[in-house]
Amino acid sequence: MTKQIDQADVAHIAKLARLSLSDQELREYEDTLSRILEVIEVMNSGDLSAYPPMDHPLETVNLLRDDAVQQGLDREVVLGMAPSSEEDYFRVPRILGAP
Amino acid sequence: MNDEILDWGIAELHRRLEAREVSTVEVIDAYQEQIEIQEPEIGAFLTLDLDAARSTATAQDTRRSRGETLGRMAGVPVALKDNLCTTAFPTTAASRILEGWIPPYNATVVDRLADQDGIVLGKTNLDEFAMGSSTENSAYKITKNPYDLERVPGGSSGGSAAAVASRMALVGLGSDTGGSIRQPAALTGIVGFKPTYGRVSRYGLLAFASSLDQIGPLTASVEDAALVAECIMGHDPRDATSLQEASPLLLGALTEGVRGIRVGIVTNLVEIASPSIQAALLRAADALAQAGALISEISIDELAFGLAAYYVVAPAEASSNLARYDGVRYGLREPGATVEEMMIATRTKGFGPEVKRRIMLGTYALSAGYYDAFYVTAQRVRSLVRSAFDRAYESVDLLLTPTSPTTAFRIGERSADPVEMYRSDICTIPSNLSGDPALSVPAGADPDGLPIGVQLLGPPRSEQLLFRGAYAVEEGLR
Amino acid sequence: MTQRATAGPAKGWEYVIGLEVHTELKTRSKLFCGCPNAFGEEPNTSICPVCLGLPGSLPVMNAQAVDFAIRVGLALNATVQRSQFHRKNYFYPDMPKDYQISQYDVPINANGYLELPSGRVIGIERAHLEEDTGKLVHRGGHGRIESAAYSLIDYNRSGVPLLEIVSAPDIRDPEEAKEYVTELRAILVAVGASDGRMEEGSLRVDANVSVRPIGEATFRTRVEIKNLNSLRSLVRALTFEGHRQVQLYENGEAMIQQTRFWDEERSLTGALRLKEEANDYRYFPEPDLPPVAPDVELIEERRTELPELPSARRGSIAMILPELSADLRETIIADACWPYFRSAVDAGITPARAAARCANELTALLPDIGVLAPERFVEVLAIEDRGDLGASQVKILLREAASDPTPVKELVTKLGFTARDEDAMKAMVEEVVIRFPDEWGRYLGGDEKVAGFLLGQVMRQHGRQISGAGARQALLALADEARSGAE
Ligand SMILES: [Mg+2]
Ligand SMILES: [Zn+2]
Repeated sequence: MTKQIDQADVAHIAKLARLSLSDQELREYEDTLSRILEVIEVMNSGDLSAYPPMDHPLETVNLLRDDAVQQGLDREVVLGMAPSSEEDYFRVPRILGAP
Repeated sequence: MNDEILDWGIAELHRRLEAREVSTVEVIDAYQEQIEIQEPEIGAFLTLDLDAARSTATAQDTRRSRGETLGRMAGVPVALKDNLCTTAFPTTAASRILEGWIPPYNATVVDRLADQDGIVLGKTNLDEFAMGSSTENSAYKITKNPYDLERVPGGSSGGSAAAVASRMALVGLGSDTGGSIRQPAALTGIVGFKPTYGRVSRYGLLAFASSLDQIGPLTASVEDAALVAECIMGHDPRDATSLQEASPLLLGALTEGVRGIRVGIVTNLVEIASPSIQAALLRAADALAQAGALISEISIDELAFGLAAYYVVAPAEASSNLARYDGVRYGLREPGATVEEMMIATRTKGFGPEVKRRIMLGTYALSAGYYDAFYVTAQRVRSLVRSAFDRAYESVDLLLTPTSPTTAFRIGERSADPVEMYRSDICTIPSNLSGDPALSVPAGADPDGLPIGVQLLGPPRSEQLLFRGAYAVEEGLR
Repeated sequence: MTQRATAGPAKGWEYVIGLEVHTELKTRSKLFCGCPNAFGEEPNTSICPVCLGLPGSLPVMNAQAVDFAIRVGLALNATVQRSQFHRKNYFYPDMPKDYQISQYDVPINANGYLELPSGRVIGIERAHLEEDTGKLVHRGGHGRIESAAYSLIDYNRSGVPLLEIVSAPDIRDPEEAKEYVTELRAILVAVGASDGRMEEGSLRVDANVSVRPIGEATFRTRVEIKNLNSLRSLVRALTFEGHRQVQLYENGEAMIQQTRFWDEERSLTGALRLKEEANDYRYFPEPDLPPVAPDVELIEERRTELPELPSARRGSIAMILPELSADLRETIIADACWPYFRSAVDAGITPARAAARCANELTALLPDIGVLAPERFVEVLAIEDRGDLGASQVKILLREAASDPTPVKELVTKLGFTARDEDAMKAMVEEVVIRFPDEWGRYLGGDEKVAGFLLGQVMRQHGRQISGAGARQALLALADEARSGAE
């Protein structure tokens, strides 16, 4: 199936991942990701249809907890970690672009 | 005296402490002296707090003098990989994005060690977010191999491995996603153990790849590894993927021997290793045979697919696990006019190149149109690896492989080529994909004096047998 | 499927509507952690490492949330199945992990349906568990997201358990959408899964709406309207949007698939000005949570425990009181009334009387009285059914029975409600009439307003011993006698 990744792909993924890449990084990632994908390509050399996807090494189900309230964190502690806060809230820049 | 203290394993240390031949404070002093000499050369730690360690030691001495019975880790100096949450130390995963972050809670393993009176000296260096095999990807420093300061200690738990190997700590904790405990243990000549997936709670471990990550010990001896493992294993209600059954007793099983145990040498993994490693592996096999094990050869060709699958699954999970580092709630924030610009600026500045590479790879593998070709296929390979192991364990009880195809490589030697670096993990990755327990035990050195490790693999939940095998190798090669 | 006259957005057009209803489940703690699932707490006080998505924290599933999900699934006639959690990946500041743990291709409940009071059946595609996000408060620009200077975040709501119930596109007009939400809410409340409070956000509706010429079989481009948080908004937004879409088609303009918001003040829907980015949620199985696989016994146990649901209640009423008006019927089948009606009918009380007492006295009483056990309600009605007490006495007795735990029989005596004795009553009224001759004269002269005064005096004199209706009866009788005597 060899899917060679191109710079447009790299740019698109960077956007999805909230990263910004310089032109040089774009080129570098295009190269290394392509090479990694070649390694990954090995997977497709055999017929795997007999093997169902294994999401997880554990086969357990239903590990549930009782619906009981437990002590959480103090607001002072939590907001103390925040890069920016105001009143009793975390603060972030505006969500949508300038009107 | 100090040198002698550093030689003691946990059992010996406890005998001396009980006999009042040494005080806990003297133990900490001995390690402090060693750290003062070694740490400037090695660079294993990101943070150290020896004053706190000494006051814990003082308190333990007082308790002991009152006749109290102390825990199983009493007086044991511990180094924690800096991806384990600690309220007493910053926890950074060696990333700029978490610089200075002090978690408001302890990882379950940290609490369990503290419950047993382990004494934490500090937090150790790692590849950023545990992504790497050399500890060169740390945002803060490069850790050196104690056997050759020009070489890497392996990774990603390279800091913990180097600390134990250079006797700056008696016990290290690391995390293993694709070999990150075993490979550095091999490269620094110590024991490294990755338990069956779910044996040790992951609560408080900064997630890299959740379905692969396991925490485990790095120690100088198999016996010490067994004791530490017993202290940290066991169900944790805060981790829904932790096994609910009682965990196996390891310490008592060590001397049960390996008579009649069938051990298969995995030939296709031996073939890719350097000649001196091949020779060391045969010596280890000999030691097992001497102890009564039945040695055979087996080729498990499917394991070759593991590397490919790993480099889909691990980055895919990582791309999601590392999304939360967005500058909103904790850690680094870079300015931006909108939330999106702020997030992009923060992540771009905060993550190093290897972390970005894996986030990119994982995002790609999960993205629309590629999910089936990459992620689903990789999960099929996991099934394939699982069934290949199952088939092997029909004819043998344990498998023997090199831990790493090479001994410690030079700093910078592979950092330019990620694919080459990824290949370092080819022998260790399959057990993470399958969730099986695995252990690396020292097996001599190459002609340059660089340590060699061999790896024992067993089926899920076979820790007892694995430790018996490892103990036999250790005894046989002594 | 029952036919129903629907109101299209314009002549020759019909609506195609599917609703996604998010309901907060009434658990004590959150979905994956022990923080309280509470409304109205101080900002950022019900949070812990898990619901704040701190590095290293892990989710553990709340058993009660699973239980509620199963009950709702069964009530919606869905298949309850082994389900897997997935991560839905996208960056948003109210979501602490920048992914939402939700269910994707294998939801816990699939393929159900809901029958509306009209008899129409609406398909339920799925009802799956997921976590809620934190809450954003926008500062500056009148608090609107699109014009705000910056935003604040409260993570108390983060991780609150949600059940997302997705209907098939079977709804055909805005009123039917309202009927659907009302019915769904009644079911959620009946099974105990939700308190159904839309005003507190415990029920939130997103609507997918398109229009098409009547007779066209395929679906046209749809628009998603987010956050319709009252029934009024739902109806108005759908109506507006239907007209807007017909207009676009009739003007030959392009319809684009988009997400819109409803502006209640300006009464219009508008496109959300989110940056252009194709949604690519990169779903994959949540590695931190084992699958939830409710065992067959548990499901069957929950099935037998299901309360009688609104549709079944309607069915019973149709059998017992076929002539009852739809309004009265809906009042009676409501959770507040139904246990009383059911017990009364089961005890052999005349159904029409049971219905009347439920719909009138009981609904009036319930908001301010304490707890009235259905058995006590039935006892009171049985006395009335036997003809032992008058209607006003019954009302008093009901109120007393709710606040005074004395057995009903003793309560009757305590209140002095002896059997109705017309002569005794007449004597009481006569006493008053004699004491107020002027008023009596005016009453006899046709001044009806004085009746109230006279009856009031009777009540003051004898208090609760008498029924108001009985006294009025006696007054009328006395007046008749007086008038006929005068002639
Ligand atoms: Mg949803
Ligand atoms: Zn919480």
